[in-house]
Amino acid sequence: MTERIPGFSTLAIHAGAQPDPTTGARATPIYQTTSFVFEDVDHAASLFGLQTFGNIYTRIGNPTNAVLEERVAALEGGTAGLAVASGHAAQVIVFHCLMQPGDEFVAAKKLYGGSINQFNHAFKNFGWNVVWADPDDVSSFERAVSPKTKAIFIESIANPGGVICDIEAIAKIARGAGVPLIVDNTLATPYLCKPIDYGADVVVHSLTKFLGGHGNSIGGLIVDAGTFNWSREGRYPMLSEPRPEYHGIVLHETFGNFAFAIACRVLSLRDMGPALSPFNAFLILTGIETLPLRMQRHCDNALTTAEWLAEHPKVAWVSYPGLAGDRYNSLAQKYCPSGAGSVFTFGLKGGYEAGVKLVSNVKLFSHLANIGDTRSLIIHPASTTHRQLSDAQKVQAGAGPDVVRLSIGLEDVEDIIGDLEDALATA
Amino acid sequence: MDHDSYSDTYIRGILNTVKSIAMVGFSPKENRPSYFAFKYLLERGYTMIPINPGQAGKQVLGRTVYARLSDVPEPVDMVDIFRAPQFAVPIVQEALTLQPRPQVIWMQLSVRNDEAAALAEAACLKVVMNRCPKIEYGRLSSEISWMGVNSRTISSKRAQLSGRGIQRLSLNRTTMSGGATEAAQRAIAKEAADRAAGEGDGR
Repeated sequence: MTERIPGFSTLAIHAGAQPDPTTGARATPIYQTTSFVFEDVDHAASLFGLQTFGNIYTRIGNPTNAVLEERVAALEGGTAGLAVASGHAAQVIVFHCLMQPGDEFVAAKKLYGGSINQFNHAFKNFGWNVVWADPDDVSSFERAVSPKTKAIFIESIANPGGVICDIEAIAKIARGAGVPLIVDNTLATPYLCKPIDYGADVVVHSLTKFLGGHGNSIGGLIVDAGTFNWSREGRYPMLSEPRPEYHGIVLHETFGNFAFAIACRVLSLRDMGPALSPFNAFLILTGIETLPLRMQRHCDNALTTAEWLAEHPKVAWVSYPGLAGDRYNSLAQKYCPSGAGSVFTFGLKGGYEAGVKLVSNVKLFSHLANIGDTRSLIIHPASTTHRQLSDAQKVQAGAGPDVVRLSIGLEDVEDIIGDLEDALATA
Repeated sequence: MDHDSYSDTYIRGILNTVKSIAMVGFSPKENRPSYFAFKYLLERGYTMIPINPGQAGKQVLGRTVYARLSDVPEPVDMVDIFRAPQFAVPIVQEALTLQPRPQVIWMQLSVRNDEAAALAEAACLKVVMNRCPKIEYGRLSSEISWMGVNSRTISSKRAQLSGRGIQRLSLNRTTMSGGATEAAQRAIAKEAADRAAGEGDGR
């Protein structure tokens, strides 16, 4: 007997959530509590020993957060999720489960700048060494793999330049190397692209962006695809070896194909501590209910705006994979046919001064560092986020003096274009 | 029947019908998966019967361990096989000699033996392979959702408390299918194929 699998929009509203068992509350309640009482000492022992499912302490798990975890896992097609305090926290937690000091991971060099910083600098203190590869030359990933490699990390759509990664080709390299492929799917969201369908073993998100979607809450999430065999070669002792923290249990054999999500929760989140506030989880859940509607409108507005900019006499170039003729357009057709997201960059013929003028002149766009808001956002990286870099470094980071980044919101597209038109007239 | 997938209705029907479960290959060690599943199902109200010849006569979690199925002095509704696949046929053969006969043969996650399944089905027993009853109970009651696990169910109906203490939910929950995990299912099938080809770890 086959049971009908619900569609994406249905899951975006219902997955993980059900009327509260005691009060009947239909919206997911905010369980704003640090702790949960035990039935008796045996119940407490079962919970602490991972022998039963349930809630202990909000740093480890919370029923509001759990709805968010199951929701995103279901949307991505994964076996389980784990919500944490931010997208950055999600990456710390994932790598903490995979890496020992001295280990390496291979990462696409075209990534969110915050991830580049985290990998280059913060991770060094743990002895986790990043080796960079070029997503435009897939074979560079193969060359970067060594016996110390424990994972490959890419973004599906890379921030900010509109780079689309060939997920399937890189997944093959990861499989050949016997390491998991981790995909940051923040800019695409599972509405546009489901990396697990193309071979990703772990998906991470900054929920702060399009999933939450309203610019009001920081959050991160890890999805376990349930596809990787953590015990095959014993290279991931957090999963394949008896854990002294839990009386010698082996997480992979105990939890099977959702063991990675459990390891992230009970070994890394428990002991590193970046828990998500249940209130943030509630706001993000409310955002996700309208994800399909919002994401399509974001993409439609972005394409219209990018097409208009490409024709503007003061604009030198537009880097948006949704544009016909863009170097990533064929990859966009394959991996995100419904739209190429709403974050992209363009270059001003007037260079640095023109960029500064544009961000000063806009009246509808907000000049700030976030992306993935209902509101349209603008930033001139060379004068803000990348100011401390040399000119050569700026160009290499895709933040040359002429570059402007947009995150197109949900306003009427005539107003979005009108604001850019007025601001460019004096830029 | 097709043993690659089971409907939620089929699994829920089994877990709602059986009262006593004999677990063959039970380990008394607190950190072993069989102990986890045994203790969880015991706490959910099943009459759990541990089977392990090396531990026969001992008391674990208040239950007497028996050496073999035929030593159990009470009716066994379901036999849960926590042994490697090659041991499944003789266990099913022994189960079929019990009076009254068990209604269900259940093989644990990573355990699949189609010959053993056919033997049981020929005697009109229900069969489940490559699943864990603890995980299935947690999934269908939605208790497992507290761990962020994709229960693959959705519902507009209230979850039911089991009445057996706090943080315990009942199987009597109205659901429809939720988010699928196709990539994980393909990985399980591939692992099984590798094992059959002698390339796997045969755990």
